[in-house]
Amino acid sequence: MFLQLNDVGKTFEDKEKGEFEVFSNIDLSIDRKEFVSLLGPSGCGKSTLLSMVAGLEHATSGTIQLEDKQIKQAGPDRGMVFQQPSLFPWLNVRDNVTFPLKSTLSKQEAEKRADHFLKMVHLSRFKKHYTYELSGGMQQRVAIARALAMDPKVLLMDEPFGALDEQTRHILHDELIKIWEETQKTILFVTHSIQEAIKLSDRVIVMGTRPGRIIADFNVDIPRPRKRSDERVIELEDKVMNLLKEEINKVLKEELNNELEYSH
Amino acid sequence: MNLNILIKRILFLVAVVGIWQLIFSAGVLEEIIFPSPLSVWEALYNGFTTGDFLGALGASFRHLFIGLAMAIAFGTVIGVILGKSKQADETAGMYLIAMQSIPSIVWVPLAIMLFGFSEFAVIFVVVLGGTFVMALNVRTAIQSVPPQFIRAARTMGTRGISSFFRVEIPSSVPYFMTGLRLAWAFSWRALMAGELLSNGPGLGYSLAYAQDYARMDQVVAIIVIIGVIGAVVDQFVFSKLEKNVRNRWGLS
Ligand SMILES: Nc1ncnc2c1ncn2[C@@H]1O[C@H](COP(=O)(O)OP(=O)(O)OP(=O)(O)O)[C@@H](O)[C@H]1O
Ligand SMILES: [Mg+2]
Repeated sequence: MFLQLNDVGKTFEDKEKGEFEVFSNIDLSIDRKEFVSLLGPSGCGKSTLLSMVAGLEHATSGTIQLEDKQIKQAGPDRGMVFQQPSLFPWLNVRDNVTFPLKSTLSKQEAEKRADHFLKMVHLSRFKKHYTYELSGGMQQRVAIARALAMDPKVLLMDEPFGALDEQTRHILHDELIKIWEETQKTILFVTHSIQEAIKLSDRVIVMGTRPGRIIADFNVDIPRPRKRSDERVIELEDKVMNLLKEEINKVLKEELNNELEYSH
Repeated sequence: MNLNILIKRILFLVAVVGIWQLIFSAGVLEEIIFPSPLSVWEALYNGFTTGDFLGALGASFRHLFIGLAMAIAFGTVIGVILGKSKQADETAGMYLIAMQSIPSIVWVPLAIMLFGFSEFAVIFVVVLGGTFVMALNVRTAIQSVPPQFIRAARTMGTRGISSFFRVEIPSSVPYFMTGLRLAWAFSWRALMAGELLSNGPGLGYSLAYAQDYARMDQVVAIIVIIGVIGAVVDQFVFSKLEKNVRNRWGLS
């Protein structure tokens, strides 16, 4: 298998609150060139799981392997696009994209490469701009170009369009699908929008919470481009929605009980 | 700058000088303690044409540049150490704030006992004046590098020393600039304190000298020079630099 998570668990040690187990026993296999979405309620550990694949967090138990090699630390074979803006404000757009290329390519080659990917995200005109001059959507496109420029084996995206308006998000969805088809990358995409997950991915992994775990794994066999009005899309949306509703109700109930305990 | 604001400021200055002249003309105060605007102007003019003020200014700037350069160097080193090592910060961070809270003039007797009435003593006071505030700001600079930047760099294969130079240092530049501006301001004040009690040369020494000879016109003239230099350097060098940097870094 291309990307393989075996029995993965994560527990945070907190000095004050003690141990906190985000999830355990996560098993997941992802194929080369697959576009997989991780969907789940807030706090179920989506970002944590993605950070572990990126190598930014260590697994407390289990193993994560990319092409049969254990992931031990972060590296340029896994590009990441964060939810928060993470471009460097002291560099212009092009220099942001060449940042990861400095150690491997000559300046000219790096710039040529950067220009190629900036063109792919339609930002050629903004090469010399600084991040404060860009909109949120443009910044995320630069971040995507920066991740792609490293030619990673996997592209990890943590709610990359979460902070954007509906309109911009739709445009970027189409761009992302085009880029994915063009570059043939494997994409692991975190979101908490059911529509987004179904619109984009080959597979939708639904996560539950308390404790975090995988509760469903849907194959989306609907040809792209997918319309929201498509019956198959609506049907799948309903299925996922019902699953998530249960999870969210469970959390609400638990929180309500906690609240009652505290106030008595 | 807005022309309107400029006119307002000039008018304000004219009004202040006008009131000054009126009080002088009323003749209630003796000239030896209340010089006229014109005599202060003459003191300024004479001071510059005879070269006295330029010599003093030259000496003052020499002390300042040597002292400030050392303060920036020491402050940066201390700040980086405290910013990078939690251990060091917990141990020594509090004392840094204590040192910073000591007014520079307090160091003057110590400096004179260590170095005598020499220029070293003045420079020593300038260094102490700027080092701590620089260190405090550099510490803040290093500590406030967004973890997000460091994580992003790690996903691009940049960590450790390379991350320090390519991410942490550039990310710190805005706070560093604030440190520079404050170090300059504190050093400038420390310089005057040191020079006032020194044996010259320097602007502060000229001030003490004018006082000894009861030359109120010169005293006021030198105070004006000190104020103008302070304001001009702050406004046109450090504040401007700081603002440009903050703008670029998306902080304002
Ligand atoms: N460094 C940390 N230390 C302690 N607890 C943490 C840490 N990081 C995350 N957590 C906890 O782990 C749980 C999962 O967090 P995570 O950010 O992965 O959730 P998420 O599914 O991405 O949520 P969201 O959709 O809101 O982004 C949360 O309860 C969070 O409080
Ligand atoms: Mg998250």
